Amino acid sequence: MHGQAVRTPLTGRTGPYFGGFGGRFIPEALVAALEELDAAYRDALSDPDFMARLDELHRTYVGRPSVITEAPRFARHAGGARILLKREDLNHTGAHKINNAMGQALLTLQMGKTRVIAETGAGQHGVATATAAALLGLDAVVYMGEVDMRRQELNVVRMRLLGAEVIPVTSGSRTLKDAMNEAMRDWVTNVENTHYLIGSAAGPHPFPTMVRAFQQVIGEEARRQVLALAGRLPDVVCACVGGGSNAIGIFHAFLDDPEVELVGLEAGGDGVETGRHAASVSGGALGILHGNRTYVLQDAHGQTMESHSISAGLDYPGVGPQHAWLHDIGRARYRPVDDAAAMEAFALLCRTEGIIPAIESAHALAGAIQEGRRLGPDGIVLVNLSGRGDKDVDTAARYFGLLEEGSGS
Amino acid sequence: MSARATIEQARREGRAALIGYLPVGFPDVATSVAAMRAMVAGGVDVVEVGLPYSDPLMDGPLIQRATEAALAGGVTPADGLTAVREVAAPALVMTYWTLVDRYGVARFAADLAAAGGAGAITPDLIPDEAAAWHAAADDHGLDRVHLVAPTSTPERLTLAARSSRGFLYAASLMGVTGERDVVSTTAKDLVARAKEVTDLPVCVGLGVGTGTQAAEVAAFADGVIVGSAFVRALMDAPDPASGVAAVEAVARELAAGVRKPSGVEA
Ligand SMILES: Cc1ncc(COP(=O)(O)O)c(C=O)c1O
Repeated sequence: MHGQAVRTPLTGRTGPYFGGFGGRFIPEALVAALEELDAAYRDALSDPDFMARLDELHRTYVGRPSVITEAPRFARHAGGARILLKREDLNHTGAHKINNAMGQALLTLQMGKTRVIAETGAGQHGVATATAAALLGLDAVVYMGEVDMRRQELNVVRMRLLGAEVIPVTSGSRTLKDAMNEAMRDWVTNVENTHYLIGSAAGPHPFPTMVRAFQQVIGEEARRQVLALAGRLPDVVCACVGGGSNAIGIFHAFLDDPEVELVGLEAGGDGVETGRHAASVSGGALGILHGNRTYVLQDAHGQTMESHSISAGLDYPGVGPQHAWLHDIGRARYRPVDDAAAMEAFALLCRTEGIIPAIESAHALAGAIQEGRRLGPDGIVLVNLSGRGDKDVDTAARYFGLLEEGSGS
Repeated sequence: MSARATIEQARREGRAALIGYLPVGFPDVATSVAAMRAMVAGGVDVVEVGLPYSDPLMDGPLIQRATEAALAGGVTPADGLTAVREVAAPALVMTYWTLVDRYGVARFAADLAAAGGAGAITPDLIPDEAAAWHAAADDHGLDRVHLVAPTSTPERLTLAARSSRGFLYAASLMGVTGERDVVSTTAKDLVARAKEVTDLPVCVGLGVGTGTQAAEVAAFADGVIVGSAFVRALMDAPDPASGVAAVEAVARELAAGVRKPSGVEA
């Protein structure tokens, strides 16, 4: 394995296994659909017409390339290092999720299917899927845990406005992992006309690799933009990690630049030491979840444990297999950021730069503060600002007590 | 007797075998074991001992509810081995693979064999990922039952059959566990396609719940696999003792069904 890792560039790895991680742990009934998908997406990536269509949608609909914003006032709190924000929050629908949803929705048409289903935690992937489905004339059903429907109400309404059916999931912890279970059950029942549009770089092969392929545009743009702006590559790239799609999307272009450190920020919840967190790499163990072998929060018997995070989008007890592998080979570092540190970074970006980030992305910002302090004024930190915080204003209002008399001064 | 010998014995008797599933630990370990024994007393030939798992993505609402309750009661894979030990019929463990992965594949095979288990059914472990399990099962002479589905290509059917020992599990329809009003029409076709590539007994599961349905399936399959109907019997009962009795009654109805194949009503 190590010999191979040295020989092939890291960017050339396409699964189904990343070291000992990944694979397909799914019912036989889904094998045919996964094979079909594997062939379809690989064909699509080498089909000039498909790629031209996707590129056109990126430019004329999503708003790509997303800009880079330098954050000098925020940077004063980060050791004076240059902080560069990759503005995925400015994409149509407000997060990086649209890159993947658009790619997979186009593939759905290519495969002759008429219906897409999705799981969603924060609702951003559900909104992105509902949007792509509306644009391309597909039926959309989105599964969402009851707990998440409450804390991300705005996105529930957006999905319904866009014509998607949102189905509340009441099993298990009623969050993202349970929504994914329910989507899998739908898929195995309706696979003939339905594509399961998984929203993160997780799930059975080829999903982790395919989702990365549709998100790697983030890093490809950012690498060029940082070179143009700063004349050199960044020292560190920071991204939050739920299932890992925005992180692998920005990491990918830098995998074979050994001088660039890659840092994934997991949701530390109340703190990894409390057991109430969602940091699968930092605080999990090797297991299988949703069709792939990876790091999972689990008990001594292999039962998945509930994850905890103030951020619905990071509240997932597993992590994409490529991240598990990048951790194992030491190419990327993964660190937990607890709720309090994330919310502090959230508030700081609002006030210093006039940007309200998604709480997910605030975990990456907290990581950037630490990295910037370590590097000092000569350092450059590139941060994936994966989404905007409109969906999080209720959570923030409660957290900071902003609806109380005399607050906000 | 092994699972295969039991199924072949049934075939010599001119009937299909009856295979019954219950999850260990619902409503508690002792009652679930008593219900498995009652199932056998009622005419079940082979028992599937289910290990409850937190993310049962191949199960419908009924089995989800039962296994969630079992987990809330603290059931562990070791309780599954206890059940295997106490059931007086060939017993296979039915498990999502992550539980075995965590237990340790070699240790699981050794402990299952020591408990007198016949083997394991692995619904989310496709043969492509099963090298370690196959080796461990071979070391301990255990059955390894893989599934085939209506979407399985001829190549996949062959792979699953070659990789299985004991019998081949034909998942009769595209979907999750749970009772259905009618037996899926895809079941018969799937069994016929499987029979073209293997001499193994082919048993049909998913959606069979009544004596009439069992009789229909018995007309073309070597075994009829029933789960949700047994779980429902336990779930709907006012107390554990009547639940166990209800399970035995369901087994009797199904056992009569597999003895009058071709779907003719009595
Ligand atoms: C803005 C934003 N960032 C990050 C995530 C986490 O997902 P991933 O790790 O796949 O990027 C989400 C998920 O909902 C999100 O909405």
